[in-house]
Amino acid sequence: MTRGGWALLPLLALLLGAAEIRPTSEYLSPEIRAAQEDPSRHPGWLWVEEGEALWRRGEPSCATCHGNIAGMAGVAARYPMVAADGTLLDLEGRIERCRTQHQGEPAFGRESDALLALTAAVALQSRGMPVAVATDGPAASFLEEGRRFYETRQGQLNLSCGQCHDDNAGRRLRGDVISNGLGTGYPAYRLEWNTMGSLHRRLRACSLGVRAEQLPLGSREYLALELFLASRANGLPVEAPGLRR
Amino acid sequence: MLALTLLAAPVAGQVASFTVTGDAIEAPLDGLQGDPVRGEAVVRNRETANCLICHAIPDTAERFMGEIGPPLAGVGSRLSPGQIRLRVVDPTLWNPQAIMPAYHRTEGLVRVDPRYRDHPVLSAQEVEDVVAYLSALEAPRR
Ligand code: HEC
Ligand code: HEC
Ligand code: HEC
Repeated sequence: MTRGGWALLPLLALLLGAAEIRPTSEYLSPEIRAAQEDPSRHPGWLWVEEGEALWRRGEPSCATCHGNIAGMAGVAARYPMVAADGTLLDLEGRIERCRTQHQGEPAFGRESDALLALTAAVALQSRGMPVAVATDGPAASFLEEGRRFYETRQGQLNLSCGQCHDDNAGRRLRGDVISNGLGTGYPAYRLEWNTMGSLHRRLRACSLGVRAEQLPLGSREYLALELFLASRANGLPVEAPGLRR
Repeated sequence: MLALTLLAAPVAGQVASFTVTGDAIEAPLDGLQGDPVRGEAVVRNRETANCLICHAIPDTAERFMGEIGPPLAGVGSRLSPGQIRLRVVDPTLWNPQAIMPAYHRTEGLVRVDPRYRDHPVLSAQEVEDVVAYLSALEAPRR
């Protein structure tokens, strides 16, 4: 493309209206996409199995109150959501509440294997179902907060999330093909991490990438951002547990 | 003690002053002379400039190069050294919508990681080295 053509790209995107948002699986390499669908080649399934075991453990166990984990179908698609007390909860936060308030046990802690395992097992029950987060009512102000974060150029490299995940989706950033940054595949097993990880861990990586402050896992900013990402994904399939390079 | 405080304070002198003419910064920063060999090392450095995360240069040995910005081959025949200097120092001076980061700027940035606050990505000398390298970068022969 000519220099003029490159300079015109953002303008072109504006003229074409909001950039098209595609399911994350469409940006994955064919090998990773196939392995994501195949439990025998997806290391994240170890966490799923552990999560299913944890579901039946404890006194009372998750199963005591909720029955078979299959009953969790559709739940992950609605998170993050605002709880009755006004707190914005992601799926991890919801599970931690049951852990502390209903089981009377100490919280597992963000990024612990147990919490990732339970979250993956619960999210799997919604795999393929369309994301359906609420964006109105008490969610509206969180959504706006998330949108503002997403659209703000930040960090020493002065980039907004959208400049990569809208304006340059499908292009290569070094070895990565940039997706629309939806979060529908989390928690995900990332080969670079060599383990399962949460969406907020991935967000910290993007913050670091632009040399911006990395916010704590479960921070209000990342929760609001997660809600905005999920709103962009409304209608697209839940892909968790994802597999990433 | 006094000396320490001075060192820790933001050093305005880390960003050279310059004059923009049209879409170029004609005068070398701080009057420094660039070295193309050092400039190539800066462009390839994954810890600092990391230009190849977004751009490609003519080199078949680099396995992964980015495609966010235009390929840099032949940029020296498309742009003058002054135009290249401005784009490396701060491309938003020429196009407010520019995606490319500003490599020699500290002001007006939001939520910068404390480790990098008040430091430009590249020093004036490194900017001049990059300008010297890119100005001489040939287009691949067909
Ligand atoms: C003693 C009962 C009890 C136990 C034990 C329990 N929960 Fe819950 N859970 C609830 C109730 C009640 C709700 C509805 C929200 C509320 O009032 O807290 C809920 C809500 C949830 C939700 C959100 C459902 C939705 O539709 O939004 C998830 C996910 C969940 N629990 C997971 C778990 C997991 C995982 C465990 C085990 C670690 C567990 N729960 C243990 C009672 C329990
Ligand atoms: C300089 C480019 C760049 C910027 C800016 C950036 N990201 Fe990313 N992001 C990437 C790349 C590259 C990946 C890995 C490939 C992919 O999955 O998109 C990624 C991955 C992600 C993912 C995981 C997608 C998946 O399914 O694995 C999410 C979510 C995400 N980014 C959100 C954000 C948010 C929110 C921001 C702003 C706070 C942001 N990104 C800023 C480049 C960027
Ligand atoms: C995050 C992506 C990104 C990084 C990193 C990046 N660039 Fe760019 N660069 C771009 C984009 C995109 C353009 C096109 C103008 C715009 O939108 O900013 C560009 C344009 C340019 C131009 C003008 C090219 C032309 O033909 O008009 C030069 C020269 C350049 N970059 C050099 C560099 C150098 C040198 C570095 C590293 C010190 C670098 N870039 C790092 C994205 C990047």
